[in-house]
Amino acid sequence: MVVIKRKYVIPGDLITDKNYKPLSNVIKIDDKIYSTRIGLAEITKEGVKVIPLSGPYIPKVNDLVIGKIVNYSAFAWEVDINSCFSAYLPAQNVFGKEFSTSKDALSKKLTIGDLILARIVSFDRTKDPILSLVEQGLGKIFNGEIVRITPMKIPRLIGKKGSMMKTIEKGTGTKLIIGQNGVIVIKGEPQSILRAIEAIKMIEEGAHMQDLTQKIRDFLGIREKEDEDGETDQ
Amino acid sequence: MKMGKLINEEGLRVDGRRVDELRPIKIEVGILKNADGSAYIEMGKNKIVVAVYGPKEVHPKHMSLPDKCLLRCRYHMSPFSTDVRKNPAPSRREIEISKVVKEALESALILYDYPRTAIEIYMEVLQSDGGSRCAAITAASVALSDAGINMRDLVVACAVGKADGMIILDPNDIEDKEGEADMPLAIMPNLNQLTLLQIEGKFTKEEFEKAFNLALEGCRKIHHIQKKALMLKYFGKVEE
Repeated sequence: MVVIKRKYVIPGDLITDKNYKPLSNVIKIDDKIYSTRIGLAEITKEGVKVIPLSGPYIPKVNDLVIGKIVNYSAFAWEVDINSCFSAYLPAQNVFGKEFSTSKDALSKKLTIGDLILARIVSFDRTKDPILSLVEQGLGKIFNGEIVRITPMKIPRLIGKKGSMMKTIEKGTGTKLIIGQNGVIVIKGEPQSILRAIEAIKMIEEGAHMQDLTQKIRDFLGIREKEDEDGETDQ
Repeated sequence: MKMGKLINEEGLRVDGRRVDELRPIKIEVGILKNADGSAYIEMGKNKIVVAVYGPKEVHPKHMSLPDKCLLRCRYHMSPFSTDVRKNPAPSRREIEISKVVKEALESALILYDYPRTAIEIYMEVLQSDGGSRCAAITAASVALSDAGINMRDLVVACAVGKADGMIILDPNDIEDKEGEADMPLAIMPNLNQLTLLQIEGKFTKEEFEKAFNLALEGCRKIHHIQKKALMLKYFGKVEE
C-alpha cells in the first residue's frame, strides 16, 4: 500500500501549485489548489482532496440514513434526516407499486416520531431527497440508544470495509446501525452500550489521528490484528 | 512635528502602544455547544461571540434562492457593552455593520454549494472598543470554517486610523473618536483579495498608501492568530 502523506489544512491553505485534478473540498484558482474546509489534505495520482473534519450532512444518492418521521400526508412521509433538506418518503417506496390510498393507511405503518433506516434514492440541487424502504434490512428501528456525531466523521467510524465498526461490535458485544447522516443506533446490553458510546466519542475526537484503529483496539482490549489498519475509507 | 494628545513625545499612544502595534488578540473556536460553528474574540477591549447556524432550511420559504444559499448576518451590541446603556433595538449603525459584514464574508463563501438553504451568522458584542466590526469579521470567518462551510479563504479584518497626523494601526475607542480618520478593511490573505474597505475622515494619497499597507500587515498578523486558533481546536497542536 502506498503511504499517503496527509497535511492538516484550514480554508484558504495552499495545498499544491502543481497541476493536479481538484476532487473534493478544494478549489482551483490559477492552477493553485486551495482547501475550502478544515481537514486532512491528500494528494494522490487521481487528484487532490480534503477529508473534512466538520460540516453539515449533504445528502448523497445511495446513502443509508437514519431519520425521524416528522409529518405525513395521504401519499408521503416527511423525514428529518439531520440535514438542511428534509427528506420525503413516498408511500410507493414503502408499500410497493400496489399502493392505493383507499386500502393502505400511512399511519398504520409509520407514525410521527418513528425512527427509520432508509436509503436515499434521489437527490440533486433542485429537489429534496427522496427515501426508500424497499430493500432488505431497511425500515423502522424499534429499540436502541441514539448517538449523534459529526457526519463528516462517519467514514472513520465505519473504517475500511467496515473494519472499525466490526472492531467496536466485537469488542463490546453490541450491534451498530450507522446512518451516513451522523446518527448511530446502538443495540445491546446497557453496560456494553456505554462502552460503545465511549469508543465512538474517542473516534470523533481523534478522527484526524493516524493510529486510531490501534487505540480503539487497545481501549476495547482486542489484541489480534488480522485485518490491515482501518484508515479512512470514503 | 506637533505633538497632540493622542500620541506622546516618545511616540506612544494612549494605551502605550507604538503606532504600528496591534492590541492583544485572543481567538477561541467552538465555544457554543448548540451552534454549528462558533468563535469568541477578544481584541483589545472588544469581546465578541459569533455563532453560525446552518446551512438550514429557509424560513419564510419564499426567501430561499433556487441556485445558492441565503446569507443572513446580525451584528448586535448588548445593552451592557458600552459605557452608557445601549438600547437593545438594532440601531442604524448596527444595521449598516450587519450589511457590510455580510458583504465582506459573502465573497469568501462558496454559496453555490448550498442551494435553497440559509446560513445565519450572529455576532454579539459583549464589550465594545474601537474596531469592533473588524473583530466581528475576523471571528465570523473562524466560526464559519468551524461550521464546515466551503470557503475560498478565511477573511481577516483590521483597521487603520489617523491620529495627530500619524497613521496608526488598529485604533482603539478613544483614537477612533478623537482621531482624524478611520479605515477598516478586510482581506482574504491567501488569495490576496480585498472584501471590505471603508473610510471615514480624510487621507491624502500618500497617507492612504501608507495606511493601506500598514493595515495589510496587521491583517496578516491577525490571520496567523486565526490559523493558530483553528489548528489548536481541530488538531490539538500548532503546525508551522
